[in-house]
Amino acid sequence: MSFISVPFLLFFGAVSLAYYLLPRRWQWGVLLAGSVIFYLTADLRYWIFLTVCTVSGYLAVCRMDDRLRKLDAYLREKPLTREEKKAARGSVKGKNRLTLAACLVLNFAMLFVCKALLLPAVRTAAEGTALSFLSLGLPLGISFYLFQTMGYCIDVYRGKAKAQRNFLKFALFTTYFPYLIQGPISAYGKLEGQLYTSHDFDGKQWSFGVQRMLWGYFKKLVIADRIAPLIASLRAPELGGMGFFLLTLSYAVQIYGDFTGGIDMTIGMSESLGICLPENFIRPYFSKNIAEYWRRWHISLGEWMKDYIFYPISVSGPMLRLSKTARARLGNFGKRLPVYVASLATWFVTGIWHGLTPNFILWGMLNCLFIVGSEECAPLYARFHNRFHLKEKGWYGGFEILRMFLLMNFIRACDLFPHVGDYFAGFGRMLTNPNFAMLTNGTLLTLGLTGPDFAILGFGIALLFAVSLYQEKKGSVREALWSGNVWLRYGLFFLLLLAVLLMGKYGTGYNAGSFIYNQF
Amino acid sequence: MKKINLRLCAALALGLAALLLVQALVCPKYTGVSRDGSLTGEYYGFAGGNDVLFVGDCEVYENFSPITLWENYGIPSAIRGSPQQMIWQSYYLLEDALRYETPRAVVFNVLSMKYDTPKSAGPDSRREAYNRMTLDGMRWSKSKLDAIEASMTEGEQGRDALWSYVFPLLRYHERWNTLEKEDVQYLFGKDPVSHNGYLMQAGVKPVTGEHVEPPLADYTLGENSWYYLNKMEQLCREKGIQLILVKAPTLSPVWWSQWDRQVADYAAEKGLLYLNFLEVQDEIGIDWQQDTYDTGLHLNVYGAEKLSDYFGKILSEDVGLPDRRTEEALSRRWAEKCARYYEEKAGLEAQRDGGDA
Repeated sequence: MSFISVPFLLFFGAVSLAYYLLPRRWQWGVLLAGSVIFYLTADLRYWIFLTVCTVSGYLAVCRMDDRLRKLDAYLREKPLTREEKKAARGSVKGKNRLTLAACLVLNFAMLFVCKALLLPAVRTAAEGTALSFLSLGLPLGISFYLFQTMGYCIDVYRGKAKAQRNFLKFALFTTYFPYLIQGPISAYGKLEGQLYTSHDFDGKQWSFGVQRMLWGYFKKLVIADRIAPLIASLRAPELGGMGFFLLTLSYAVQIYGDFTGGIDMTIGMSESLGICLPENFIRPYFSKNIAEYWRRWHISLGEWMKDYIFYPISVSGPMLRLSKTARARLGNFGKRLPVYVASLATWFVTGIWHGLTPNFILWGMLNCLFIVGSEECAPLYARFHNRFHLKEKGWYGGFEILRMFLLMNFIRACDLFPHVGDYFAGFGRMLTNPNFAMLTNGTLLTLGLTGPDFAILGFGIALLFAVSLYQEKKGSVREALWSGNVWLRYGLFFLLLLAVLLMGKYGTGYNAGSFIYNQF
Repeated sequence: MKKINLRLCAALALGLAALLLVQALVCPKYTGVSRDGSLTGEYYGFAGGNDVLFVGDCEVYENFSPITLWENYGIPSAIRGSPQQMIWQSYYLLEDALRYETPRAVVFNVLSMKYDTPKSAGPDSRREAYNRMTLDGMRWSKSKLDAIEASMTEGEQGRDALWSYVFPLLRYHERWNTLEKEDVQYLFGKDPVSHNGYLMQAGVKPVTGEHVEPPLADYTLGENSWYYLNKMEQLCREKGIQLILVKAPTLSPVWWSQWDRQVADYAAEKGLLYLNFLEVQDEIGIDWQQDTYDTGLHLNVYGAEKLSDYFGKILSEDVGLPDRRTEEALSRRWAEKCARYYEEKAGLEAQRDGGDA
């Protein structure tokens, strides 16, 4: 059941009604039932993966918790020496580490196999074997629910989160339908106090949630899906360098509208039910440097990678030893080297999270290169700015934003070229065949979009920019409208609804149901 | 709280009304060249009291004139036709019509039996457009739901297309940027384009040569077609209605003799009357230089009147349908229909002749 379908809207309406009309203590049960029904409407074979992840995660969490409780009781009841206590703790930690490792290996192996089977060569090799059963495309949401559940298991191991002993409540955390398909990847600690508690109906909160959903539908259907045919057409090499450049711009619009639109729907749905999910995007195209960009784009994945890949590697034994050796030989650079190694590993994992193909690994490495490069060049930048005082000039902020926008567009374009050679060939065309003429000779109208399409895109992008600018400078648009005239508020959102209904790309000839991030 | 609830209700009501208005605006009005899309919905305006009900595609609604049947034989009739109407649609349209009236005879044109499934009826996009023209005008009932399910193309099945029949705004939303003045003019309704389901054409475009089509590899009429013909036969039998199978006298598409034999055998087995009008063109008096507006694909009004006169004699003498011109109320209603019919005929002739001059 896609978010972009009438059956889903009816389903969500029914879940919301049941949620608020039934006794409060049943609310989390309603959410669980709704989540089960939601996932059941996908391919039944996908259930195997969700079940394995949920059950293995639950068993691991309970087993680790059992040992910690027994340890607590043991340490309290018996008079032990410090060495005995340390040995007891070490033994439990060792066993828990094994349990956690088994759970992580099982689940990540499952994810790896599913992603590997997307590769044609692997799929062909798997034909006729038991693995061919798994060749049904990437199970819906697996990258998201698996990362979330494994992150929770790690937090329980680390003692950062309490173990959820109620299997049904644990299952709700894993399967909660608003975020099941494309995140945000949420920490258990941030949701525990919301998912299982009662929520009274709050008109303002419900209204805000529905408004946010509507905004998400606008971004997805009016902007992202409208520009999609352009992406396919602009890949043609004969369009030259300008074609490649416009491709990067168009993809920036498409992926932003598609992904943030989907997240708006997710967060809006959840908000209308009284559950606040963490933000996953904070106007990333206003970033002035790459570090800031990755604090604003797909925040939940970035935080997951930081908490469970980057930090553990950085503070691991081998890295600490490397740090000591490198500092002795390379001075200050040596001090930073382990961080760079951890960054490299993190970005490699982030790349393969998107896909097991060279272009995604390249994408990860390019991000790492520019982040590390920025760090290394920081003193140089500081001397430059001290000399020329550009940061004090009003236009410089705009220049930084534009620079970062173009850089990330170029890096992000890796997504579009499974063959890395084609990606670099695009840059080559910018030098050898710029083809500026395509902007004025009518070529643009032969690429799958009509004049009215471009006009609507222009309007949509302008509206998106205006709203984002307001949010960046002043705060919440919804709060501002809430404090104003109620008829103006309803009128504006009704116009937004009309815009989605009339200008949205859905229905016959379209496949609006899929989101770009579903493929990951 | 009461004030908020009232305000909320008012806002919701206004919003809903506005959405319904927008939906009505973007839905096609089927005027001009595509006016045959109006036929399904128009039926409800003349349903009731008809002794003969025709079902089928353009071979029915452009070849048979209910006015002629009434004027010459006193037989009130209606046509439940639509463009490219498939046999499964004919069945469900008939089932729907029988909620409003019980005619003495149902006349089904058998050409559509050559299309066994939605897929066999042409490219998806074209098939989907014809489905809409046939089904959008149906009033909601189980028959409509069944008709939609039976008609959906492969592409529609994957995309929850049923919801776009429930909320046509979801199907026609993109028309907002190609609206024409008719969309506003006919926003709240329009005059009927047909005469009890007959769509009049007064143009003359003679047949210029023989219509030739390549032979087929297999002439077997499909299982699905027979399934729906059987359902139609059973429905009529249960309601005490005589089912009459006909093949209109049009030169294209070709009605192969192999198909004709299969239908004739079926009719003989079931005791049904089957009339292939292609075999009696001379008796009917069809002149292919005068009686067609599109080189023999369909008859114009002159050809339709001849065919209807011929068929009316069979309905009256062989089938035994009564002459009801003595019924005063019925006669008054039909007098108005006839007046409108001749007014349009005169108008079309004037247009045609004025153009020729």
